[in-house]
Amino acid sequence: MAEAEIPYGDALMAPFWEGASKRELRVQRCLGCGEHQFYPRPFCLACGSGSLTWIVSSGRATVYSLTTVRRAIAPEWTPPYVVALVDLDEGPRLTTVIVGEKPASIGDRVRLAWREREGLPPLPVFEREE
Amino acid sequence: MVALAAREALDEAGLTLRDVDGLFVNYMGEGGTVQVGEYLGIGPRYSDSSDLGGAAFEAFIHHGMVALAAERCDVALICYASRQRTKKSRRMLPPSGGSDSYAPDRTSLTDQLHTTYGIPSPIGDFALIAARHMHQYGTTPEQLAEVAVAARRWAELNPKAFMRKPITIADVTASPLIADPLRRLDCCLVTDGGGAVVMTRGDRARDARKKPVRVLGAAEYHGGWNPPQMGDLTVSAGSESGPEAFAMAGVSPNDVDVFEPYDAFTISIVMAVEDLGFCKKGEGGAFVSEGHLGPGGALPSMTSGGGLSYCHPGARGLLLLIEAVRQIRGEAGERQVKDVEVAVAHGIGGCSIGSTVVLGRG
Repeated sequence: MAEAEIPYGDALMAPFWEGASKRELRVQRCLGCGEHQFYPRPFCLACGSGSLTWIVSSGRATVYSLTTVRRAIAPEWTPPYVVALVDLDEGPRLTTVIVGEKPASIGDRVRLAWREREGLPPLPVFEREE
Repeated sequence: MVALAAREALDEAGLTLRDVDGLFVNYMGEGGTVQVGEYLGIGPRYSDSSDLGGAAFEAFIHHGMVALAAERCDVALICYASRQRTKKSRRMLPPSGGSDSYAPDRTSLTDQLHTTYGIPSPIGDFALIAARHMHQYGTTPEQLAEVAVAARRWAELNPKAFMRKPITIADVTASPLIADPLRRLDCCLVTDGGGAVVMTRGDRARDARKKPVRVLGAAEYHGGWNPPQMGDLTVSAGSESGPEAFAMAGVSPNDVDVFEPYDAFTISIVMAVEDLGFCKKGEGGAFVSEGHLGPGGALPSMTSGGGLSYCHPGARGLLLLIEAVRQIRGEAGERQVKDVEVAVAHGIGGCSIGSTVVLGRG
């Protein structure tokens, strides 16, 4: 990929956004200790190893916390909408939005969905499992 | 405003701007030490504009104490002023909303992975914290509201407070939700404001025009910037900075006569009383409901009316120190707490920056 094409000009995040454009939610896995981490770093926070790879997450997660935003602050989000922190089964915690008709609560199981964006890779969002 | 505050504080200390050789300013106001130093005509030989948000000022006491002890400066001026209300510069969640309020820099990790989800900052982050605290410990909206009511009761006694009309628990829980579970009256004000504090070594402080106050202990901690990276959201940085500051001071939470915690949001106070050891973890909601924080309570807290009702100029950590000093000196007028020997100022910044200062009589 030519340098100018790296999304956001952020080389370390490029594999994540390349994955997102294929609807793959990628996180880093340490080749030394096996821990997963996200956002990416050039070393493992758990063991200090510099050998890491990217894996595709199962997209299964548990809601850690959430809030319904009632005020319009961003043109692409129409209130009310639910911003959440979710814990991926692999370990890392992400900020996301809960989409879909089914209301979610803390502790609920959620699964990966995608939200299209104009001129940017799709954004990983989540919806409540049955 | 920063010049007026600096000159008044230095006058109380029996000093002038020419004596200042250490300068501590947080960037959230009208510039850092370079800009404010130029304005005041100070070329400091020791300076610090650490980016610790509202917690910067208690941390500046910590840093100033170390710099003074190492004789890297002799007179430290900690000052701050912001006209954020006049300038309408608090933009992430303006009352009117609208697209012009949102101009993200999409390149930082925070913007790529957090802000992009439309989370208002900082209230959305504190809403996530509050929701988790409620889930984990059963904290209720009414308990959060107790904090806002206690702050307002103090503000009724402070003629300089921005909001002085009495409020009830029901007023708070009926105010509009902004980011669940936080409502408008769970949130601090947006005001102009500023202040200044002068620090020097004990030998020099003896010559002060007003009675000096002694720094007994100071400590700071930060646990990250992005909420998903912060681990247990219900534990604040005060769980680290509080015990360390108390240990340095040789006092325990039981010895504290006045508590000045940073009330950015009502949940901040519930967590502060837990994490600084005034009650057990998870019992902060019950503790604030027992009436301890308000006038006449066992732990008079937010005695100026706090950021919830008195003044919140973007970063109010400096105002916590000033109120603590006034309470120790007996200068707090109608809101004066009796016989204050030990006062604690506890600043927070971002979601996981904390800094604690224990002050005693000089």
